[in-house]
Amino acid sequence: MTALYLDANASEPLQPEARAAMIAALDLPGNPSSIHGDGRAARRVLEQARAQVAARFGCRPRDVVFTSGATEANALAIHGLGAGRRVLAGATEHPAVLRAAPGLELIPVQPDGQMDLEALDAALASGPPALVCAMAANNETGVLHPLLDIMLLCQRHGALLHIDAVQAAGRLPLSLVESGADSLALSAHKMGGPKGAGALLLRPGLDPAALLPGGGQERGRRGGTEALPAIAGFGAAAEAADPAAASRLAALRDAIEAGAGLPVIGAGAPRLPNTSCLLLPGAPAETQVIALDLAGLRVSSGSACSSGKVAASHVLLAMGVAPEQAGCAIRVSLPWNAPEDAAERFLEVHAAMRARLARRAA
Amino acid sequence: MKILVAMSGGVDSSVVAGLLKEQGHEVIGATLQLYDHGEAVQKKGACCAGQDIHDARDVADRLDIPHYVLDRESRFRRAVIEDFADAYARGETPVPCIRCNQTVKFTDLVELAKDLGAEALATGHYVRRVDGPNGPELRRAVDPTRDQSYFLFATTREQLALSHFPLGGFASKAEVRAEAQRLGLIVAAKPDSQDICFVPRGNYHEVVAGIRPEAVQPGQIEHVDGRVLGTHQGIARFTVGQGRGLGMASRDGEEPLYVAALDAPRRRVVVGPRSALAVPEVRVGEVNWLIAPPEAPLACEVKLRAREMPQPATAFWDASSASLRVMLQTPAIAAPGQGCVLYDGDRVLGGGFIKGTAEAVDRGHKAA
Repeated sequence: MTALYLDANASEPLQPEARAAMIAALDLPGNPSSIHGDGRAARRVLEQARAQVAARFGCRPRDVVFTSGATEANALAIHGLGAGRRVLAGATEHPAVLRAAPGLELIPVQPDGQMDLEALDAALASGPPALVCAMAANNETGVLHPLLDIMLLCQRHGALLHIDAVQAAGRLPLSLVESGADSLALSAHKMGGPKGAGALLLRPGLDPAALLPGGGQERGRRGGTEALPAIAGFGAAAEAADPAAASRLAALRDAIEAGAGLPVIGAGAPRLPNTSCLLLPGAPAETQVIALDLAGLRVSSGSACSSGKVAASHVLLAMGVAPEQAGCAIRVSLPWNAPEDAAERFLEVHAAMRARLARRAA
Repeated sequence: MKILVAMSGGVDSSVVAGLLKEQGHEVIGATLQLYDHGEAVQKKGACCAGQDIHDARDVADRLDIPHYVLDRESRFRRAVIEDFADAYARGETPVPCIRCNQTVKFTDLVELAKDLGAEALATGHYVRRVDGPNGPELRRAVDPTRDQSYFLFATTREQLALSHFPLGGFASKAEVRAEAQRLGLIVAAKPDSQDICFVPRGNYHEVVAGIRPEAVQPGQIEHVDGRVLGTHQGIARFTVGQGRGLGMASRDGEEPLYVAALDAPRRRVVVGPRSALAVPEVRVGEVNWLIAPPEAPLACEVKLRAREMPQPATAFWDASSASLRVMLQTPAIAAPGQGCVLYDGDRVLGGGFIKGTAEAVDRGHKAA
């Protein structure tokens, strides 16, 4: 039996369009900065990808800064736009944001995982101009922040707004200009592109100082030769990702949740269509993930560090989930190409695991 | 058979995984993350995982077996590191490897193996499990210089029934290394691990001081006859039988002195001549039997510390009070907190932890 991949929020399977674009770009010898014909050919691919990303996410091509991924894009926004400002971030943000700058102030979330707007209002009113970092969708629970309300509060208080859109991009309609935000971070491999490319999208007129000045690529905002094959795949994935597929994934997700009959963390809030954070009290998440993996079912828990060790989830703790419960939650995240029998297969393996755990506990 | 293998990243457990895989078993590798390596070596930005965890992953990858890193930091801290510090604060000399085997290794991994539907747990320990007429028996390793049975006496019979020790029959470590070479494992030439894993620079009192500062408070060094001979920098620096580190109190005229007892409540180190140290009898707590608990006095051999040969003794088990007394044929030095392991030849019968000998301290009082 082939494995069933249900860990899309860690990385989406490659879209065929992205694969084709990458393969084509691999054979281009030129450097996009070179003035000769091969350089121009490379540049053409780079600029096409830039146009694809810009068109898809509502900004001008010239305001797309390609980076190595979303960790870098978030860091560029926080250091480049947050210079001289307080940096406020939701308590459930990704470590790429939380660890980007020292002295970052945390805004609590409500029990359903959405940002506490009163707390944000109070924090914005209490000090000098800020940069607010808010994720469009949470990676562990899929919970969506109320971005419109957050944007209005930022405007009222003269704050800049940076959106970490990694998990929402490609899965939900998303546009920088419509969001009213100042910047938006994207990751190629979370929308069916390759690992190793991302972008920071900027509101016209914003010009963050480079983290890596290097040779002045990306209009001086990110030095270093662009990773052309990865960026070509990114552009193609951005164009191909189809938020209209959301209803198909939502139906599978709902079938999993109904079939499992377990508490779902963040269920009360608007969520991504593909994500489910399932709590199985008394069963350590680590044991669940291993048992399911051995049965060919790929899910995850918390955010794994580079050693593969699973740490307690700061996201669930911030939502007020008790630590012993937080340690028993797994994340199921359906990829764009999830098979039609994904829910059925998940539930079958999951039930077998639960039966075994119950036998031992008895 | 589906087998969970505890992989430390060292050569021994790597060979175990490799041999079982070669024999056609369905092998699952598990490596315990027991402490924050970066913190332990005080290197800023070091990964929480030490090199051993990366080695274990590399070996598992080479063997093409699933491998998982299990976060057991808080469990290890409570069950092993804090227990270690508490024991020193009580004036004992703990054996953290026994505690670790007893808790995070055999209790937790046997449980995990069952949860994963595995039929056995295999480790790289140098001991043998032999299936006798009355169930599984724990026996010393074939290579006496590698035997680790002393550290495994607390394994329960139920845990033993699920445990496999493929290295117990190897004649030498060189043979194990040769197997590692044959299996193409990168760790074949890796040096043996030394000392206590969570004390990377050997300064165990720093670890104790951080948890139980009273164990490193200064106090007096007294002779068993009551004379005050000097001062010390904390009872955690001493163990019964120790002769070093006593400074002015290391000699009484021509006669060398040794630690006879540690009196934690009064922070006293009691010293005496060698003749005053040996005891004819030890009391043993937290006893685990690997045979049916004996109803009559049991002639056996005992080990009172890891590095010594078993000595003849007689064990008296009182089931009603769950207490064990061991009469030694030849009086010996017994440090509270160390394991007292009972053998019949190669076979481990059971064991427990040596209890504090109030008499040793009392001798000092009476003489005073």
